[in-house]
Amino acid sequence: MDNINLEVDHGEVFGIIGENGAGKSTLIKIFSGIYQATSGELSLEGQAIEVKNPIMAKKLGIATVPQEFNLIGTLTVFENIFLGNEIRKGMLLDKAAMKQRTTQLLNELNSKISPDTLVDELSVAEKQIVEIAKALVYDSKLLIMDEPTTVLTGEETDVLFSRMRSLKEKGVSILFISHKLKEIREICDRFMVLRDGKQISTDMAGEVDEHEMARRMVGRELTQVFPAKTVPQDEPALEVKNVEVAGAVYGVDFRLAKGEVLGIAGLMGSGQTELAEAIMGIEKMKNGEVMVLGRSVHIRTPRQAVEEKIAYLSDDRQGKGIVVNFNIPSNITLISLKKYARGLINKSKEQKSARKFVDRFGIRAASLDYELQYLSGGNQQKVYLSKWMDTQPEVLILNEPTRGIDVNAKSEIYHFVQSLAESGIACLVISSELEEIIGLCSRVLVMQAGNITGELTGEDINEETIMLYATGLQNTGQTDGATIQ
Amino acid sequence: MKKKFDFAKYAPIFALVILFILSSFASPYFFQFKNITNILRQSSYTGIIGLGMTFVIISGGIDLSVGSLVALVGGIVILLLNYFGGDPMAITWAILMGLCLGLIMGSFNGLIVTKGKIAPFIATLGTMSIFRSLTLYISSAGEFRSASDAYPAIGSGYFLNLPIPVWVFFGMAIIFHVILNNTRYGRYVCAVGANEKVAVYSAIKIDRVKIMTYALTGFAVAVSSIMLSSRMNSLSSSNAGVFYELDAIAAVVIGGTSMSGGSGTIMGTVIGAIILGMINNMLNMVGVSPYLQGTVKGLVIIFAVLVQYKRKNN
Repeated sequence: MDNINLEVDHGEVFGIIGENGAGKSTLIKIFSGIYQATSGELSLEGQAIEVKNPIMAKKLGIATVPQEFNLIGTLTVFENIFLGNEIRKGMLLDKAAMKQRTTQLLNELNSKISPDTLVDELSVAEKQIVEIAKALVYDSKLLIMDEPTTVLTGEETDVLFSRMRSLKEKGVSILFISHKLKEIREICDRFMVLRDGKQISTDMAGEVDEHEMARRMVGRELTQVFPAKTVPQDEPALEVKNVEVAGAVYGVDFRLAKGEVLGIAGLMGSGQTELAEAIMGIEKMKNGEVMVLGRSVHIRTPRQAVEEKIAYLSDDRQGKGIVVNFNIPSNITLISLKKYARGLINKSKEQKSARKFVDRFGIRAASLDYELQYLSGGNQQKVYLSKWMDTQPEVLILNEPTRGIDVNAKSEIYHFVQSLAESGIACLVISSELEEIIGLCSRVLVMQAGNITGELTGEDINEETIMLYATGLQNTGQTDGATIQ
Repeated sequence: MKKKFDFAKYAPIFALVILFILSSFASPYFFQFKNITNILRQSSYTGIIGLGMTFVIISGGIDLSVGSLVALVGGIVILLLNYFGGDPMAITWAILMGLCLGLIMGSFNGLIVTKGKIAPFIATLGTMSIFRSLTLYISSAGEFRSASDAYPAIGSGYFLNLPIPVWVFFGMAIIFHVILNNTRYGRYVCAVGANEKVAVYSAIKIDRVKIMTYALTGFAVAVSSIMLSSRMNSLSSSNAGVFYELDAIAAVVIGGTSMSGGSGTIMGTVIGAIILGMINNMLNMVGVSPYLQGTVKGLVIIFAVLVQYKRKNN
């Protein structure tokens, strides 16, 4: 990283955007004392400061809300908020004082979470509120938020933004890092673009449109983010009838044709993941029938799903998708290892196959031997895709295929999906990013509370219509309409 | 960030070399061929168990029952031997049945861990107690004595100047190394240990993979037990195999295998076992009190883990 200048005013929300590896994380790690800058200086309220470690940063009033939450699930909300900073009365903990302060902090954030709730019992959005409260307990002047909206639904994001605005009014400055360019325009006063560790520009957020932001991030004109949609064939690849999963999916039917890109939209947690994982034999299917290429199949384990030529990229790349301490070939061949082994694994065959995928999907790594942990999110995702493509599937289910990866890699993934569809593979795309569903899919199913509430094609595939179905407003007798508030 | 010389990776080998040099200065007898083969023989009993233990630990588990299983299998092999008669044919049968018993008891551990969903530490703590108590019961807490004249030929025999247990140790090490590095199963073991969820989602039958690690360990225990009992042609039900689980785990850890699973090497375990044997031997030679030897061993184990921890953080 080299020669970056930035100045954040009191009560300003300052956005930082850039592709993965552009230097965003390094920059905020310097602010929060995890890394040290080799040259340059930091100052806070006119005073030159030195941030040698994270504790020092907190004491100075610089707090970070991390991308991955650092909360302890088995402790209560107030215990988490005061972890390492407990209020004591003599030798003992002053729980009453801590609870009171917690309630006060949560009130300031317009949240009704009880200080005594276990963190494990909170939703993702609530956990984030607790993280913010934890950051504010030090009376912070500068709050750093690293991609806070990645895990939130649209509504939750709106709530977060209104909380950010009220913090802003109190004079707290916020550094806001995001991949979602629309959000930068919505919440930030100014923003900075980083690319390859260099500062490309700093502008008022209202004055630059998203297309221009993306162009600056990538450093060249983005060739169309979404490729042209393919026309599905007539033959069905996957038919799902009356699938039920206890507590999550209540009777879902759909048909996916060869070469089709079918989307499943809906708010997070509406049963999409459970549906996909039931088809894969991971979740237990309580009821229902699945047919692949016209044949009825009974899938009870992921191995059977692989044998029936179904592939599934989960929404949790690092938790369920790739082995971070395996190198590229070992990851790619993990599911299809049988192909490479007659007793012993033929490692040169493995390398050759990996090389093929590296070229095909443009995986950027200095060496095939690199462990996946050293690759960017986008490249990890491409390895994950290769891993499943190596099983030569007929049906490809993608759950949040571009979560946490940069614009450029996103666009590449979209092109791959479209070209796979063109080659006859049936693709099912589950996503909570409407833009992705709209840009990618030729037909869209909307799920709400474990049911399919609507099927959209053509012009009907737009944000408003999808949201009507996703919130249950456009369904018969399922909801009283209150959920949209 | 990657291609730098990774000192920690070769730390076990360096430790072995340094220890070797130190020992040869410490005592003039160290370098004698007989002493070296003795060290190797002493290392081989827990070393063989360590080979299986490496698989268990890489897959994210632990097996505390190995020491007790040594006594159980060895005792039963001797009983069978006496029952069958003690000629070479009987020995073969007794050994085969002993190996099967090891496999079965190992699989039993694996079943409790996977199907019973009990933490490996607890599950094998339980079987550790069970195996020992069964052994004591069968022998009325006495000694198993073999009546065979031919049986000791295995444990005390030599081939090309090296004791047979050492040949068996090295031979098994090569086979286990190949299984770990060059077979599907070995790859699956690493995947399961690195991230169990990912393994499930990658269509790996993780229960089967885990059960097999315990079965392999049970098999290795049986081999070790046969070497040990045939050397003395007898086996004490209360003393045989005591603390072997600790030495086996120590050999694995000194060899650089991560206790949290996911990666490790058989080569490291072999070196780890020899380091432990060498330490014992050297301390004996220079006349350190046997009561203090545990302290030295403990320090080596802690140091080994410290190096591993440093490696992870760099």
